[in-house]
Amino acid sequence: MKFIAIKMLTESTGRCIAMVVGITFASLLIAQQASIFCGLMLQTSNQIRDVTDAPIWVMDESVQFVDDLKPLSSSAVGRVRGVEGVRWAVPLIKSIVRAKLDDGRWQQAILLGLDDASLVGGPRPEQIIAGSLDDLTQPDSIFIDIRGAKQIWPDVENPIGREVEMNDRRAKVVGLFEASKTFQFFPIVLTRHSRALAYMPPERKSETFILAAPTAGLPAEQVCRRIEQQTGLQAQTREQFIWGTMTYYASKTGIPINFGITVILGFLVGLAISGQTFYLFTVENLRYYATFKAIGATDRQVAAMVVRQAFVVGAMGLAIGLGLASLFGMLSNSTAKLAFFMPWQVVCITIVAVMVMVVLASLLSLRKLFTLDPADLFRGAA
Amino acid sequence: MTVHGQLDAVTCNAVTKDFHSLDLVVRALRGVDLQIRFGELTLLVGPSGCGKTTLINIIAGVLTPTSGQCLTLGIDFAKLSATQRAQARLRSIGFIFQQLNLVPMLSAEENVAVPLLIGGQSRRVALAAAREQLSAVGLSEFARQVPSRLSGGQQQRVAIARALITNPRLIVCDEPTSALDAKTGHRVMEVLKTTALEKDRAVVVVTHDPRVHDFADRVIELDDGVVRAHDQKLTDNSDS
Repeated sequence: MKFIAIKMLTESTGRCIAMVVGITFASLLIAQQASIFCGLMLQTSNQIRDVTDAPIWVMDESVQFVDDLKPLSSSAVGRVRGVEGVRWAVPLIKSIVRAKLDDGRWQQAILLGLDDASLVGGPRPEQIIAGSLDDLTQPDSIFIDIRGAKQIWPDVENPIGREVEMNDRRAKVVGLFEASKTFQFFPIVLTRHSRALAYMPPERKSETFILAAPTAGLPAEQVCRRIEQQTGLQAQTREQFIWGTMTYYASKTGIPINFGITVILGFLVGLAISGQTFYLFTVENLRYYATFKAIGATDRQVAAMVVRQAFVVGAMGLAIGLGLASLFGMLSNSTAKLAFFMPWQVVCITIVAVMVMVVLASLLSLRKLFTLDPADLFRGAA
Repeated sequence: MTVHGQLDAVTCNAVTKDFHSLDLVVRALRGVDLQIRFGELTLLVGPSGCGKTTLINIIAGVLTPTSGQCLTLGIDFAKLSATQRAQARLRSIGFIFQQLNLVPMLSAEENVAVPLLIGGQSRRVALAAAREQLSAVGLSEFARQVPSRLSGGQQQRVAIARALITNPRLIVCDEPTSALDAKTGHRVMEVLKTTALEKDRAVVVVTHDPRVHDFADRVIELDDGVVRAHDQKLTDNSDS
């Protein structure tokens, strides 16, 4: 009966297309919106992800996320270094600065000041597009992320050598690097710690973060607890800080609610379209299901036919929907305009949502089928 | 005539059937006694509302009687569960419905194969058997056509082929000629009589159509839920 069920479905072209379109629309909306949400959440923590050489982040105890910039005194680095179990600790300045461009325009930027000696927190070699991190030892030198450079100088092919001013100090671009997209979308300017202090407005407490590593064999979590107990500062592992930042944006902004509403609407609209069409499809074919029952098909066999039809429609719609969502993701990632990240969990959520839709649509139809009396065929009622 | 140790294909004793509608009880059959024999084409005739359809439903195991007993091929369907009744129908009874109920999305051979597929046969085996059965009713060249591409008479023959494919011992037909012109109806009855009727098979036809009486071996006339005349071949239009 499998192929009879499938043929009944596929030969009812109009109904079949309507059902598949309903599921496609729903799964596209669910997968696409959930993936954009995941992409946005990733963006909020990308600056932490880009720092791969420091397992521990130390900051003011009131800091809640990576863009929450609270000043630390310069003595904090020394205090952290003094904690037992800390192998090394270096400062990382993060600040929002105003840069005056060489054509007179102004541009806000994220300024990162790396430890002068170690340059910990800087881009990995594969992220460097032009120049060398050693070039940062030159006077007034900065690196700038390639996306930011294009944003500042859209018509300039090679911005190496261009100059900007920050806090009335000259800065010269000596290198370009690839940085992951950030939530704020500002250009990222990279320089040495000592130069960063000059580019920032003067403050008594000018440090922002301290990057640290535990001594070999000690878990980072344990060292974080020690740092907190002994310095009064907040210390988190890289993973904890990533999740903390994402959780902050998820809980303190309306982002999950907005995306959640769209996902729920997609589910409901998909359910309404596919459920109603599938129910009508079943009702239209009741006469034939009654014929099968009269001939000798059991309720279970007829139910299996309907469930199979529903799952085939679901699978087709899901495949097309997920395919379109992936295509959308590829296009949006290539144009770099939209956050999009489709982890396997989003695929699973979409599959589960479509399965729920399919089951609900089937239940409506099955209820009708189980009350179907084959005797109606002889009465001409079916 | 005894076939497989059974005297009759169908034996009904004092069969009654009540239908409940709100507070009303409608008695469709009021104590039907009848026998349908193997090797015979039996017509069930009578005016509208006389209980023909109810009786054929009980004979085919689709409905169960309120009281009395109906043994179809020695089976008391009333004592079986719904699933057992379905399986017994599949094994033993072929159906030809008034509106044929051929599935419009399926080809003729696929429609004919449906009972075998319900019985669990593979698609390949079922379609091969269906093509053979279509050939027996003279439709081998139309096996791949969907019902809408066939004439009324051809569709009727597809329905006959579907009823015969499991080689059942009882065929029940509900008004098989009602939608056909005289010539086509005559041809269909010929096909039914020549291909369906065998010595170990019984054919029961519910009909209003007096033109088909010539094909009957026996005619049973129902009126107001009881058998009015038995073993009598009608030659007039008294049931219409």
